[in-house]
Amino acid sequence: MTSSRLLPPSPEDHAASGGLINRRWLLRSSLAVGSLGLSTNLTRAGQLEVPEWSSKPGLGMSAYGQPSPFEDGVVRSRFDLFPEGIGDGSGVSFTPLEKLAGTITPNGLFFERHHSGIPEIDPDAHKFVIHGMVERSLLFDVESLLKYQMVSRTCFIECAGNSFFNSLGEPQQRTAGEIHGLIGNAEWTGIPLRVLLEEAGIDPRAKWLVAEGADAAKMSRSIPVEKALEGDAMIALYQNGERLRPEQGYPMRLVVPGWQGSMNVKWLRRIKVSDTPFHTKDETSKYTLLQKDGKSRQFTYQMGVKSVITFPSPGMTPAGPGLYNISGLAWSGGGRIKRVEVSADGGRSWSDAVIDAQPLPQAVTRFQQPWQWDGGPLTLMSRATDETGAVQPTREAWYEPYAADQLFHQNSIQSWSVLQDGEVRNVYA
Amino acid sequence: MSMLKISVKLAFLWAVAFLFIEVNAQQLGKGISEEDLAPWDISVDPNGSRLPSGSGTAAKGAEVWADNCSACHGEKAEDGPAGALVGGVGSLTSDAPVKTVGSFWPYATTLFDYVRRAMPYHAPGSLSDDDHYAVVAYLLERNGIIDEDDVMSAKTLPKVKMPNHDGFIQYWPSKGD
Repeated sequence: MTSSRLLPPSPEDHAASGGLINRRWLLRSSLAVGSLGLSTNLTRAGQLEVPEWSSKPGLGMSAYGQPSPFEDGVVRSRFDLFPEGIGDGSGVSFTPLEKLAGTITPNGLFFERHHSGIPEIDPDAHKFVIHGMVERSLLFDVESLLKYQMVSRTCFIECAGNSFFNSLGEPQQRTAGEIHGLIGNAEWTGIPLRVLLEEAGIDPRAKWLVAEGADAAKMSRSIPVEKALEGDAMIALYQNGERLRPEQGYPMRLVVPGWQGSMNVKWLRRIKVSDTPFHTKDETSKYTLLQKDGKSRQFTYQMGVKSVITFPSPGMTPAGPGLYNISGLAWSGGGRIKRVEVSADGGRSWSDAVIDAQPLPQAVTRFQQPWQWDGGPLTLMSRATDETGAVQPTREAWYEPYAADQLFHQNSIQSWSVLQDGEVRNVYA
Repeated sequence: MSMLKISVKLAFLWAVAFLFIEVNAQQLGKGISEEDLAPWDISVDPNGSRLPSGSGTAAKGAEVWADNCSACHGEKAEDGPAGALVGGVGSLTSDAPVKTVGSFWPYATTLFDYVRRAMPYHAPGSLSDDDHYAVVAYLLERNGIIDEDDVMSAKTLPKVKMPNHDGFIQYWPSKGD
């Protein structure tokens, strides 16, 4: 087995301080990144036993497959915004980013944000209307929408409040998912919104749409018509190949790739075409960004370029000195991820991480960085750049224009402090 | 190739093309009249479009408030587990900004829109439009924006100028981001 072992990194293999190793070393070692973490000690493993499950037939088929019972700790973390009895069903649950691999979020673990709980919608009774500045107001049922030619698009949806814990004065000791997990990445299948607007005969003078859900909050957001007529807005009925889950908007939701999560209106029941924005509650009193000077940024739709290291991260700790694969996620509402850099010395030196060969626009990209940890304390960071040239800011730079409690569009660099015993802590560095 | 074969082939190609166009040109929406969709047409823009008839004052609103709103937003809308809706004027540039209807919301019409669509939280749609106007009047009066005797209606509400009306910078479309 010695032929498949990694060559020990030599000094010129170090891409940056703190043990970050150059990609060239990987090529020289003729090993894929996924093989990292192999022990370099050839200890004797002992004779193999034949396990019980190989000695008798297993369970039968099932109607709907479930994760292994051994994976029952991989769950969303719920966070209610109000005390019990007040605003029940209004809150969030976080995707456990650090426990997942690849880039697609499983449907049962896709983050939630509800403003008045999850409506239990009977698809046969659900209606969707388009009206306002159109030639003819149209009513659709779900059955007819399912007959349209559909398109599929992989993209993320990220809550505008994602990472809000890092807006607090003191760094919160929560997992990567519990801080940054108000994001999910999925293949959405549905009808381009443009197709239905054209069927209704949209007035060329129209400038805005207001999209509204069928939930008790009747969540509503104004959306520029450009995002539908020239852009990529769609009405999604499927997520990762199956019909939307109730918590993701069953039977239909809006998907506006790269734009703030609350515009991807769930349980979509109505679109009104107008020449003016509506200034709804969730685009005035909420989801606006208060600056130090007392003015607030409104209609800040696009989610910024962002990344987070998921290994190591709090609770996902290295076990002693050795060779590890730093791994994480990067995304941008501005387009494709072009570059992710990793630092193991608190941002003094950076190494270019390996990213997916063909990152998709407005979609999550996985990055990986080989790391030889000497067991000493250090600070890990990742910094993403997208195809428009936008670079993920430091926390200090991100905060510069904003008021003390501003928490929306928090896309600053996450710093993880790795302590001598391997414990990983959230720090503001 | 005989003429027959060619024409059969052309007919086949034409049929395939026709089918493809058909699939792309689904027109399955049914017409609906403004009257029939009126119960859902609840979005109110800053011009006051779709504001219903009816009216209310702060005095009446205080009663509606006590019965339907105070448990979550406080007896006088100044506190409560769902947050304050009164006060905070002048605090936006401080270290502890307080965003309320009075200190932050740019349009009074938004208040009507939201109360009607989503409040009270456990039974949205259970109040009358007179009650909606009254509770809106109550919150505006509590914030010192209108007087006790001012009547809120489809005519008066869009004319109310909110203290933070000019406090917003629109990032779409000019500033992108």
